[in-house]
Amino acid sequence: MPLFDHTVSELHTLLQKKEVSISDLVDESFRRIGEVEEKVQAFLTLNEEQARAKAKELDDQLAKGEETNPLFGLPIGIKDNIVTKGLRTTCASKILYNFDPIYDATVMERLHAAGTITVGKLNMDEFAMGSSTENSGFQLTRNPWDLERVPGGSSGGSAAAVAAGEVPFSLGSDTGGSIRQPAAFCGVVGLKPTYGRVSRFGLVAFASSLDQIGPITRTVEDNAYLLQAIAGVDPMDSTSANIPVPNYVEALTGDIKGLKIAVPKEYVGEGVEEGVRQSVFEALNVLEKLGATWEEVSLPHSKYALATYYLLASSEASANLARFDGVRYGYRTDNAKNLIDMYKLTRSEGFGAEVKRRIMLGTFALSSGYYDAYYKKAQKVRTLIKRDFENVFEQYDVIIGPTTPTPAFKIGEKTNDPLTMYMNDILTIPVNLAGVPAISVPCGFVDGLPVGLQIIGKHFDESTVYRVAHAFEQATDYHKQKPVL
Amino acid sequence: MSRISIEQVKHVADLARLAITDEEAEMFTKQLDAIITFAEQLNELDTENVPPTSHVLDMRNVMREDVPEPGLPREEVLKNAPDQQDGQFRVPAILE
Repeated sequence: MPLFDHTVSELHTLLQKKEVSISDLVDESFRRIGEVEEKVQAFLTLNEEQARAKAKELDDQLAKGEETNPLFGLPIGIKDNIVTKGLRTTCASKILYNFDPIYDATVMERLHAAGTITVGKLNMDEFAMGSSTENSGFQLTRNPWDLERVPGGSSGGSAAAVAAGEVPFSLGSDTGGSIRQPAAFCGVVGLKPTYGRVSRFGLVAFASSLDQIGPITRTVEDNAYLLQAIAGVDPMDSTSANIPVPNYVEALTGDIKGLKIAVPKEYVGEGVEEGVRQSVFEALNVLEKLGATWEEVSLPHSKYALATYYLLASSEASANLARFDGVRYGYRTDNAKNLIDMYKLTRSEGFGAEVKRRIMLGTFALSSGYYDAYYKKAQKVRTLIKRDFENVFEQYDVIIGPTTPTPAFKIGEKTNDPLTMYMNDILTIPVNLAGVPAISVPCGFVDGLPVGLQIIGKHFDESTVYRVAHAFEQATDYHKQKPVL
Repeated sequence: MSRISIEQVKHVADLARLAITDEEAEMFTKQLDAIITFAEQLNELDTENVPPTSHVLDMRNVMREDVPEPGLPREEVLKNAPDQQDGQFRVPAILE
């Protein structure tokens, strides 16, 4: 059995019993990368030399017998928009092709404290703008279940690397579905935490009121362990919430008797492929047998979420990406005679088409004369969308539906029409607008392609989301299926 | 009717500090027009008395103790600079 078919807690036990060493785990990661990376192409940068040195160092610590953190010595992959001190961080953009961060993101400091080893940096849509990882400025990542298909995005590398067994787990980021959608497409578990649960310090900002870092893993329990390590208030991020972090693994009781599930009719209606819909209703049957009940509800403003999101996220992006000007870091054009030309040419040569498109849309929505009609209007509709969730959560414990309307689509299938590509995120975007937590767990296959079940919870109630996801996972064996590479 | 003109697109590109070709300007005009037309469905909703949401958590100003802390060392900050001189970021001439 491949080492990474073990769960985090099993790997921890193997290490404690000295049946494997940390160096064995790091070796396994690079062995598997050597074996499949040519096909999958999940990594932008490998950290081999340092990872192997770190493994030796941690093996020495382990021999002293004092290290008990469940993540101690485990290899991890990191999405390339999370800054890693001394390890190139590009956001999959040519404008940051040579960027060498001088500090670690808070999540990286916390992972180092827990004892994980960073194997490398993972591919993504440039600046996390996209749903297929086709917008990477460097390479195409392929779905391990079907190499002709996309892994989803923007955290496509993070999901593909876990699905392909290159690392036991990874970190992604989710602004409109960028953890959950690739997790669904690649048949793995991905959580977007509540906005404010995980520090964003050192996450290169796309849309600051929506971005969250979260774990991508093979099981729900692994996911809970990883969130435990990274969650909590951070003085470096004033939007991180000063709310105690519960023990997430303890929440995995398997008991969901009496749980009240809401199924929004807007999430299982038009536009959702029949096979996906069937998988979701079969999943609801499973949950019913475990003692939960479900009822259809309405989130009446769902259809407005996509437009709201593209106006708000693009507006925030246009401001956040103003910093890439060729002055302090990254790419600078050779072709400029004066400062303004230098800004313009650096940005035009450095950014890809989708990033430019969103900067343009955001700049337009914020520009004089259009601000009230577009940006402010979208902020008001965001309030209505948030209230939809609050209303449902007055009577129900979780909201359940599909993560995506379809399974993974083919490479190149949707690149010509931005709006068609955007439609893919229609079931994940409302969650970011409301700021609530949501997980995607494998719930079936359509024509050999994984389908994701989305479980949405109340603000800061990741425990219930995990409990439901875990109970479902333990009653099914979708998470045990592996792609053949 | 087109919601956005090619002149507007060129103006927005200038505001965003992007140099775009005529070809790109045409492409962006079409694509932004489609996205903006799509976004106008928001006008179906009456939001007269709805407050805007800029942030989902109920947080106000977050303060820390007013104690000076060291910043990043200058050599580190300049490490990624495309061009530098005398401990400063160097840029092309501002005036022609």
